[in-house]
Amino acid sequence: MTMRLPVPLRRIDPAVATAFACIVLLLLLGSLYSREFLSPAYLLQQLKVASFLGVIATGMMVVILLGQIDLSVPWVVAVGGMMACAATAHGELGTILAIPFGLLCGIALGLVNGIGVAYLRIPSMIITLAVNAVAQGLMVAYTGGFSPQDSASRAMRFIATGDIVFGLPNALIVWALLGAGTVFMFTRTGFGRAIYAIGNRERAAYLSGINTQRVVMMAFAISGGLSAFAGELLAGYASKAAQAMGDAYLLPSIAAVVLGGTSILGGRGSYVGTIAGVILITLLQSILSVMQMEEFGRQVIYGFVIIGMLLLYGRERRLR
Amino acid sequence: MKDWRYRLAEQRGTLLALAIFLFMFVVYVSKHPAGFTANVVQTAANKGVLLALVAMGQTMVVLTAGIDLSAGMIFIFTNCLGSYIIAGSTPIALLGVVGVLLVGLVCGALNGLIVIYGRLQPIVTTIATGSIYYGVALWLRPQPGNSDSFNSDIADFMTGRLPGGVPVSLVALFVVVLVVWLPFRRSAIGRAVYATGSSEVAAYMSGVPIARAKFWAYTLSGLLSSIGGLYLTFITYSGDASFASGGTYTLYSIAAVVLGGVSLFGGVGSAVGAIFGALAFRTIGDLLFVFDLDPLWQPLFQGVVLLLAVCVGSARLFQIRNRLDLFA
Repeated sequence: MTMRLPVPLRRIDPAVATAFACIVLLLLLGSLYSREFLSPAYLLQQLKVASFLGVIATGMMVVILLGQIDLSVPWVVAVGGMMACAATAHGELGTILAIPFGLLCGIALGLVNGIGVAYLRIPSMIITLAVNAVAQGLMVAYTGGFSPQDSASRAMRFIATGDIVFGLPNALIVWALLGAGTVFMFTRTGFGRAIYAIGNRERAAYLSGINTQRVVMMAFAISGGLSAFAGELLAGYASKAAQAMGDAYLLPSIAAVVLGGTSILGGRGSYVGTIAGVILITLLQSILSVMQMEEFGRQVIYGFVIIGMLLLYGRERRLR
Repeated sequence: MKDWRYRLAEQRGTLLALAIFLFMFVVYVSKHPAGFTANVVQTAANKGVLLALVAMGQTMVVLTAGIDLSAGMIFIFTNCLGSYIIAGSTPIALLGVVGVLLVGLVCGALNGLIVIYGRLQPIVTTIATGSIYYGVALWLRPQPGNSDSFNSDIADFMTGRLPGGVPVSLVALFVVVLVVWLPFRRSAIGRAVYATGSSEVAAYMSGVPIARAKFWAYTLSGLLSSIGGLYLTFITYSGDASFASGGTYTLYSIAAVVLGGVSLFGGVGSAVGAIFGALAFRTIGDLLFVFDLDPLWQPLFQGVVLLLAVCVGSARLFQIRNRLDLFA
């Protein structure tokens, strides 16, 4: 007789549970190295850094749930940061409009991705690559290849580095609100259900009356907007935008979503898993750097950990 | 030859890529101040061959409906390794060349083994292994550089010209096609790769050796990327563990594969098409220089051309009669 778990436990995705177990394990390992790892200050700092990746991974997850991928993240992040800073340089009105303007630029690029994937039926891997190249081209032409001199607006800096309540970093609050909104969208709205349906089988979703093309287009617009928003946060964090500021976020965002148990083929995955994946990756990067591991070692361990964890729970079923 | 229509249709992607490349190259050469000279061709060939080799490797994996996001990192890793072991007297340095190729082969095989026996998705697997290969490259070459006794004779020969003005790099590319691609395409394994890419389930049901097909596709991809890395070492005389350049080559190889008429859904296309796709993509970048435009506009120009090129592919949508076929 097999043991039946109580209902609430049975509903826990083993992937998400493993991811959280790995987080605990990492913290324990870290605390053996230095007691600092369990201090609230350190943990809050990690969560703050994680929220930048968290915002990007949220958009990435929406797209991956469709069974697509968004490779335009690096330069859409840069576009968001640079355009918001550029708007700030245009006086009072520009400062106020900085955040919405950067966001709009990101949504526009995301829409190009979305139209390409949904209506022109171009594989997402290639159209987002092309949009990434165009975004890079626009920014290189705009900045002349140098890091732009405009600095971030006060609002951007406040959101990225300040704290209003109980010393909680604002960036973390933003990520928490965004996460709550995303969970609501996935579980309580037709749009969210449509995303899962399309990820499982777009044909079936179409035949059940979902306007699949519009949903796909909007999902890419969301991803673009969130990438640009993360770019604004990053620019606020460093108080200015930089060339290639988004390069370090493409692979970690995909890894975070996948480590959180979302299937790269689409249709399966929960937002809690993505949260776990984001924290896991941020902690891993942080612990490796605190241990003064050199960059090459970090890259190698990073690769091994991703493969090791996926071998634990990310394997596909055998073909039969 | 009654089946010429069928054969033509099969090669349509390759022929289209060839046409695009020829058109761009003719424009490039006719606007080039030096014209069609051996020097211009040699420089263009050396640059183009790098991407062509990585794109060939990418083709192997894409044909199985997979993707190799570590291709650029294997390219960088073997470049750094080559800058160490292609050194000393020529026979010793040639051993080094063999060593570089072996390492590329092993990197590719590792990708294949994880994808097949780990049953992980190629995208994430190769992202992770790419990170490992890049880490090792960085360990070898924290700063760009080369070995004191770097053998530049081999390098000069491989990037030079044969008597008659033919660039050696083009000949080398041709030899790679003859020695690697054609035998592969005609072998049972090669057919198994196409079958696996068309429909893995159908291939499995028909008893096609799927595991072996995938293994060789990934392994050859590693080998071809390492030949590319070798050429980068020959051209620059040094190894440079540049994350940006690894990422760029991975992404450009996918672009080249698509321009070359290889379907990202697997089972359709040829490495020869990918070569022309790569050469065309490289020529796009160079076109701006001969038109005397600001080099700052080059990335934008390249991006827009890529965007338009991939949109052209959606012309097939006009042929769709049943709306449901959109979602196939």
